[in-house]
Amino acid sequence: MSSQKFFDRLKVQLLFSGPTLFAFFTVVILPFLYGIYLTFTNWDGVSTSHSFVGMKNYLAVLDDAAFWTSLYKTMKYVLLTVILINVVGFFLAYMLTTEIRAKNLFRAGFFTPNLIGGIILGFLWQFIFSNVLVYIGEHFKIGIFSSSWLADPDKAFWTLVIVTTWQYSGYMMVIYIAGLMNIPKELLEAASIDGANAFVRLRKIILPLMVPSFIVCVFLSLQRGFMVYDLNVALTNGGPYKSTQLVSMYVYQKAFLSQKYGAGQAEAFVLFLIVAIVTLIQVYVSKKREVEA
Amino acid sequence: MNVSKTLTKFVRYIVLVIFFCLYILPFILVVLNSLKERTEIISNPLSMPKSFNLANYFSAMEKMNFAHSFMNSLIITVFSVALITIFSAMTAYVFVRMQNKLNKFLFFLMVASMIIPFQAIMIPLVQIYGSIGFLNSKWALIYMYIGFGASLAVFIYHGLIKSIPLELEEAAMIDGASRLQIFFQVVFPLLKPTTMTIVILNVLWIWNDFLLPSLVLIKPEERTLPLSTFYFFGTYSVDYGLLMAGLVVTIIPVIIVYLFTQRYIIQGVMNGSIK
Repeated sequence: MSSQKFFDRLKVQLLFSGPTLFAFFTVVILPFLYGIYLTFTNWDGVSTSHSFVGMKNYLAVLDDAAFWTSLYKTMKYVLLTVILINVVGFFLAYMLTTEIRAKNLFRAGFFTPNLIGGIILGFLWQFIFSNVLVYIGEHFKIGIFSSSWLADPDKAFWTLVIVTTWQYSGYMMVIYIAGLMNIPKELLEAASIDGANAFVRLRKIILPLMVPSFIVCVFLSLQRGFMVYDLNVALTNGGPYKSTQLVSMYVYQKAFLSQKYGAGQAEAFVLFLIVAIVTLIQVYVSKKREVEA
Repeated sequence: MNVSKTLTKFVRYIVLVIFFCLYILPFILVVLNSLKERTEIISNPLSMPKSFNLANYFSAMEKMNFAHSFMNSLIITVFSVALITIFSAMTAYVFVRMQNKLNKFLFFLMVASMIIPFQAIMIPLVQIYGSIGFLNSKWALIYMYIGFGASLAVFIYHGLIKSIPLELEEAAMIDGASRLQIFFQVVFPLLKPTTMTIVILNVLWIWNDFLLPSLVLIKPEERTLPLSTFYFFGTYSVDYGLLMAGLVVTIIPVIIVYLFTQRYIIQGVMNGSIK
């Protein structure tokens, strides 16, 4: 290759990928690596110097009971929301791919919460849980609603689960509809003629062929679940008594409010490892279940 | 047989209508209460408003500095999405057309980086950009969105560009067109459906994002809509009518756009999920 040609190629490479790669490296890769370095220091966010403390931050993570409590709650939240979002999303998609009128209206309605940010949805539901439902509870004497769910630690946790399911199931529904529409009609008709009822068709044909959609949806809901922050802040703000502080919010407060940047970053890094491991296992395990139509 | 079929259809319909109410009712309740006085809401949040009073709206818009934060959100979303789309398409194009070890590695790195949660980056990000005085501006935020948004966009474009036959470009090349001309005149128009998908996914994300702007934009006059809603709720936490009006004004523009683009948005989400 002549050097002229080499420079031409280099020019094209830089022109086309330069801006993206520069932004990508300076915004994602550099902070990620610097973050790993930070976990070995005692930086407080203010002072200009910081010293090397070795594994101290990681040992502190092990000792930080509040961190593990919030991580445990996050895991519980992720497990529940992943199941509920996908069950509701799949159910709605299944109903909407049968013969029914006004499909588009239903579909558009179920998707609506996804257009609006977690902060706004959180405040909206805060009003519903603490005013509307309490009013209904008192007025119609329904015990379970008579006091605000947001004032009770267990119920406040469930408000997060409920609102998250409400928020994201419409999104997954759309992905499931796309998957369901790709299932060959002949296959289902042939099964019907052979005497398979709706349940058998669902169990033996539809579910196995929907594995690729499940992989995508579970992956998306897992990631969103682990990273939830807006809704947590707007709906419960971690309360009552920090009982619903999920891990993202915990790390945020540790770093930016308590100004323990090194320790906060060590916890963020632990979170990264957990998310990476869980999502990789999920994709790996479910890929093995894929079948061809 | 026919009776049971009609019955199942009917039951199905009822179930869907119930779900539909669950998804839409919260929004209706907010609109209803945004027209009421505080005392009216406390005595009965389910009642119809006594009068059609828009006072809450004007007051909320003024207190949230609505027009200003709306413009901030708009500028940030438009620039970020436009730049993510163009830069990522160009990058995916070189990754496909100039396959070498470096590009393969870079592509792998970008795809792998998608697994990193934002929380694992935010602390060093604020530290680095704070120390060089690069925070507190819309442009810094737009720049960061390009960095964070590029991976997924490059990944989606990469899959599509691979399927574009090289002959199309060769013809243009013989005519003496430069790479840049070929890309913008031949390749980019072919990517249009994918571009729609990427635009939609990114608009939904950036318009509604809260955590990153809350770290980057500290000055009140730089606030985006989610940020000003957040501070507004912090300040007027018991004036329910006013708060509900604040929610309505932030939701309405989105719903109006949705009414016209509903089919494209849903199509975009469908396409974006097929990997």
